[in-house]
Amino acid sequence: MEIFLRFLEVLISGLLSGVMYSLVALGFVLIYKASGVFNFAQGAMVFFAALTTVGVTEKFGVPLWVAIPIAIVIMALLGLAIEKFVLRPLVNQPDITLFMATIGLTFFIEGLAQLVWGSTVRPLELGIPDVPIEWLLDKAGMFISFFDLVAAGICAVLVTALVLLFNKTKIGRALRAVADDHQAALSVGIPLHHVWGIVWAVAGFIALVAGLLWGSRNGVQFALTFVALKALPVLILGGFTSVPGAIVGGLIIGATEKLAEVYIGPLVGGGIEGWFPYVLALLFLLVRPEGLFGEKIIRRI
Amino acid sequence: MKFRFTRLLAITAVAASTALTGSLAAAQEQYLPLLSYRVGPYAAGGSGFFGGMIDYFNLVNANGGINGVKLSWEECETEYNASRGVECYERLKSKNGGASVVEPLGTGIAYGILDRVATDKIPMTTLGYGRSDAANGAVFPYVYPLITSYWSQAAGMIKYLGDKAGGMDKLKGKKIVHLYHDSAFGKEPLPVLEAYEKSLGFTLIKIPVPHPGNEQNSQWLQIRQANPDYVILWGWGVMNAVAVKTAARVGFPREKMLGVWWAGSEEDTIPAGDAAKGYSTMTFNTPGNYPVIDDIRKKVYGAGKGNLSDKDRIGSVYHMRGITAGIIWVEAMRNAQAKYGKGKVMTGEQVRWGLENLNIDETRQKALGVLNMFPTIKTSCQDHEGSGATKVQVWDGKAWKAVTPSWVMGDRAMIQKMVAESSAKYAAEKKITAACAAG
Repeated sequence: MEIFLRFLEVLISGLLSGVMYSLVALGFVLIYKASGVFNFAQGAMVFFAALTTVGVTEKFGVPLWVAIPIAIVIMALLGLAIEKFVLRPLVNQPDITLFMATIGLTFFIEGLAQLVWGSTVRPLELGIPDVPIEWLLDKAGMFISFFDLVAAGICAVLVTALVLLFNKTKIGRALRAVADDHQAALSVGIPLHHVWGIVWAVAGFIALVAGLLWGSRNGVQFALTFVALKALPVLILGGFTSVPGAIVGGLIIGATEKLAEVYIGPLVGGGIEGWFPYVLALLFLLVRPEGLFGEKIIRRI
Repeated sequence: MKFRFTRLLAITAVAASTALTGSLAAAQEQYLPLLSYRVGPYAAGGSGFFGGMIDYFNLVNANGGINGVKLSWEECETEYNASRGVECYERLKSKNGGASVVEPLGTGIAYGILDRVATDKIPMTTLGYGRSDAANGAVFPYVYPLITSYWSQAAGMIKYLGDKAGGMDKLKGKKIVHLYHDSAFGKEPLPVLEAYEKSLGFTLIKIPVPHPGNEQNSQWLQIRQANPDYVILWGWGVMNAVAVKTAARVGFPREKMLGVWWAGSEEDTIPAGDAAKGYSTMTFNTPGNYPVIDDIRKKVYGAGKGNLSDKDRIGSVYHMRGITAGIIWVEAMRNAQAKYGKGKVMTGEQVRWGLENLNIDETRQKALGVLNMFPTIKTSCQDHEGSGATKVQVWDGKAWKAVTPSWVMGDRAMIQKMVAESSAKYAAEKKITAACAAG
């Protein structure tokens, strides 16, 4: 029984970690789904968003609940600026050009964030207790944090909202059309710049949510940019174009990396969870290149 | 038009005279290259440390320099990246008449320029990090792992844990987890910890954390399962705050955690919030205020020359560590001047001699306004470390406080034996004939 409970605890802990990865992966999916661009700068946006929030509270002495809406506006403006000054001039360029542009953006955003707000490590207190839930501890001896459950709830709300946006709204249809083919979408009168502007602004908002949760847990510091590395295998597994895929992928990656580290790690010297998800993603690519929920691309030859 | 021309002429004249004065002044200045990092994942440590060094250099200059020789410096951003660090070293080493000493504040960069500094005859200090066996000056004449190397620190940790348990023999049968950054840095203390495991009879459980360590659930679930008596946290950067917070999340008492000194700054504990209360780490600086820090506040920050943008960081762990590094450099140059000529600019070889003959005893510490801020230092060719002493500090929720009133020293004889063996192996590999430098 004890062995089973321990397994269950590792599994649940992994699933909840996976939710945190999914939060970051969602930002990637959103932009890829709407523009076909793999946004390398998503991790930098997470860092920028969190740093901006704490920076505003420090600089202007305002409480967090005032700083968050300000940060939302700043992130939306950043998204719109990226669309106007980086993506718009690159419409109809090959995907690799757009990808390279986002690499450049990464370094620009990282530098800008540190230039404006400095590079010191800051605490971020959201008021969500990050301690084990006593009831679970008493009944099952499991250490599950209340913070993780809140993060899972936030993730569920975000996913539901995004699925509704993509599938049930006019703008969602436009987003999907643009993702399929920029030129074709333009030819039928879809306002490409408008659509991209919206998508980048929403991606900025998702980056803020991820930044706040990760920043609250780890402190707001440059290392937040690295959370993007955790999202990559999630995307490969779940599919770059699927919002539910980002969640399912996150859960699978989170659970398997924790189980692997706890049960296989000690046999091989440990420290395997850094690369294990990538091996899993690689194996998955061989079997299902489009990911679990990604769109299968069929081309006429 | 005439006015514009006159103004242009005046500006040109001022610029020319400034350049002339600058070049004349440069001839009287001791040039110091600073391989600093102020952006990137480890910026908090870099900005505090190099801020402390520069603040001390400004204080020295405000007091008239070293026997009249003013200090000048140039920074190059390494981002704590080894290849960039090597590039910065190469870029700065020959500037302004040549570098006389270097401090990379990163094990990777230190390894990257280890052979170069010997070739270029520029001594390198690695204050509390780097190769532990470089303490043998006969093999590493240009490398100075000053105050306390990783090996000495690991020995100090075990000594402290032994004392805490009621005696070294009481560690028998105990379980100690070594939770480490999965890198050369994290593995550096393993030979010492494994030697103690054998001699004292405790069980050492090694758990690596993949870089950067921003997620440690699985490691802490393993720790909880193992139920150790102590956890040694050998981390750096984001890994530290995450470890402390995750320990709280799995209900592991922070009082049973003991961090390496790179895990013992305000930047490690403040982000962890209340979870960090009761968490202890090693240090080679006694937390507190000192006359030298008051002087820096008054003469450097008062004159608007302070390097830290956030004045609350004055006297913080990294800042104090940077001041310590600055003091050591200046004392080495002062030492060298006493031998090679007061009021002269010293070469790398001369500063090397100064470092190898340091004697910062309590009297000298008192004169410098740093009594007990760091252990007394006495170096020699056989001992480039110069001390080996450490202290333990605890985070009380707001600030670091010293736990051990006096300096803690591990098994010095064991460490010296290990240094001799390891450096001899290195000398054989590199075909170096071990010998103390003349002078």
